[in-house]
Amino acid sequence: MSKILIIAEHDGSTLNPSVAKVVACAANIDAAEIDVMVLASDAGAVAQEAAKIDSVSRVISVERSENSHPIAAVLAPQIVAAASGYSHVFGPSTTFGKDLMPHIAALLGVNQVSDIMSVENSHTFKRPVYAGSGLLNVEAPADSIVVATVRIASFASAGSSNSAPIESADNSIEVPVHTRFVELTSGKSDRPDLQTSAKVVSGGRGLASEENFELIYKLADKLGAAVGASRAAVDAGYVPNEMQVGQTGKIIAPDLYIAVGISGAIQHLTGIKDAGTIVAINKDEEAPIFEVADIGLVADLFSAVPELTDTLD
Amino acid sequence: MEKILVGLKRVVDYNVRVRVKNDGSGIETDGVKMSINAFDEIGLEEALRIKERGEASEVIVISVGPSEAQQQLRTGLAMGADRAILVESDDPVDPLSIARIFKTIIDRDGIDLVLLGKQAIDNDNSQAPQMLAAIWGRPQATFASQIETNGDTATVTREVDAGLEKVEIDLPAVISVDLRLNEPRYVKLPDIMKAKKKPLEKIALSEIGIDPGPALKELNFEPPVDRARGVIVNDVAELVAALKDKGLA
Repeated sequence: MSKILIIAEHDGSTLNPSVAKVVACAANIDAAEIDVMVLASDAGAVAQEAAKIDSVSRVISVERSENSHPIAAVLAPQIVAAASGYSHVFGPSTTFGKDLMPHIAALLGVNQVSDIMSVENSHTFKRPVYAGSGLLNVEAPADSIVVATVRIASFASAGSSNSAPIESADNSIEVPVHTRFVELTSGKSDRPDLQTSAKVVSGGRGLASEENFELIYKLADKLGAAVGASRAAVDAGYVPNEMQVGQTGKIIAPDLYIAVGISGAIQHLTGIKDAGTIVAINKDEEAPIFEVADIGLVADLFSAVPELTDTLD
Repeated sequence: MEKILVGLKRVVDYNVRVRVKNDGSGIETDGVKMSINAFDEIGLEEALRIKERGEASEVIVISVGPSEAQQQLRTGLAMGADRAILVESDDPVDPLSIARIFKTIIDRDGIDLVLLGKQAIDNDNSQAPQMLAAIWGRPQATFASQIETNGDTATVTREVDAGLEKVEIDLPAVISVDLRLNEPRYVKLPDIMKAKKKPLEKIALSEIGIDPGPALKELNFEPPVDRARGVIVNDVAELVAALKDKGLA
C-alpha cells in the first residue's frame, strides 16, 4: 500500500486551490494514507483548510520562522527529513511545486515525475512532453520513493467535507541562509482567480495596447470571468506576467475560455486544451486558434467584443 | 566573479511541429531541425551580458549529448562564449545525472554562477537546475526575468504564479532563466569563423564517473487527443445564442 505525502502550497494565510487537486490525483493511487504537510511560520488557518479536503488522512504542520516564504533550499531538507516511511511525495505543478519538488527529489537521490496528467498505477503515470505534442507513459523504479508534480488542470478538486486530524511536527533541522526573500509584487485584483475560475477571457497581441485591454476586462466582468493573456500580450507590456496562459504561464481548465485577438501558438494551446468550451474571436480566419475552438467568430475584436459585452445579460 | 557555466541542450527546434512515431516508441526526430534549447540560449545571452559589463571573466558552455551537439556548442561559441565542454552520450541522460555531471565540472573548474534554461522544450521536465542546486548545496533562483549581480550576491526577479518575486542569493548559485530575461543576439558570420578556433573539450560520459539512474522508464508515447474543430458563427448574435445553448451565458 502506498503512503503519500503532499506538500501544501499557500501564501501564509490561505491554502492554494492546487492542493485539493493534488489530493485528487493522489486519491487515484491505491493509498493507505494521504498526508498533507504545511510548512509555514504560522500554519494555523492553512492547516485547518487542508484538514477539510476529502481523502486526507492527517495534516502535518511544520512551523518555523524560516518557513514564512517558500524558499526551496529551506523547505526541502525539512521535507526530506520527514519523508522516510512515505512511498510518494507530491506537489503541484505550479511555480511553487516546480521550484521545490526537483530539489527534494535530488536530495532523495531520485528523478522526478513532472506534470502527472493521469495515474495508471502507483508507479506508472502519464505526462506531457514537447508542450503537449506527445504524451509519455513513465514508470518510476519500484524500489525507490516517487517524487512528482501534478498537472493541476488535469484533476478536479477533491471535496471539502473532511475533518482530518492536525499534528504538529516542528523541527530544528539546520536550514541555509544563502537565499533571502526580498519582496513579492503582484497586480492584485478583485477578479476571479485565473487558475481556478470557471470562466476565463484572454486577450492577445490583437488588443494592440494596454488601454485596449479594458475591452477584455469589461467582457470578463460581465461574465464573472477571470482575465488571462497570451505571451505576446505580456511581452508587449499590456498586462503583468501572472496573467500569462500557456506552456510557460498558467495551464488552466475553465468551463469557458474566450480567446480574443490570440492567434493560438502551440505554447498557448497547451495551456487551454483541457478547457470545456473554447471560443475564439479573431479577424484572421487562418489563425491556428480556430483549429481548437468550439465556437469561432471571424471578426474585428474592436467591434465584436463591445457588442458581445452589451448583448450578454 | 570569475566563471559562468551555461548549459546548452540540443533539442528539436521550437518551430518544428513534432509528432509521435506511429509505433509509440518516441518522437519523430529524423531529419528535423535541431537547435539550442530556447531557454538555454537566453541563459547564454545573460552570461555574455554579465561578462560584457566586466562582472565575469569567462563564459563556459556545456552540453551533455551526442557528438552532433558540437553544432550547438559552436553556435554558443559564436555568440561569444570562451570555451565549450561536450560530455558525450548517445543515450539520453536523466536530469539527476545531468546535475551530477555539472557538479563534477563545477568542482573541477571552479564555477561562480550557473545559468540554465528553466526547462528543456523536449521533455519539459524542469528539473536539472533545481537538482544541481540541491546536490551542490548552493542557492537556486528559478524562472528568472531579471538578474543583478552585486559582487558576492545576486538579486534575482522570479516570475511566479502570484507575480514577480525578488530574492537575494549568495554566489556561487544556480539560476534558471525564463523567456522575458532578455532577447538573445544573432550570430554574425565572422563570429562563426572565430568560433571554430575556440577550444571545445570532449569528455566521454564514462570518464565523468557518474552512475546514471535510477532513471524513469519510458514505456510508450501517445499522440495527444486532438480537440475537434468546432463551428464558425457569423456574428455576435449567433455567438451569444451558441453560448446560451451550452448554458455558458
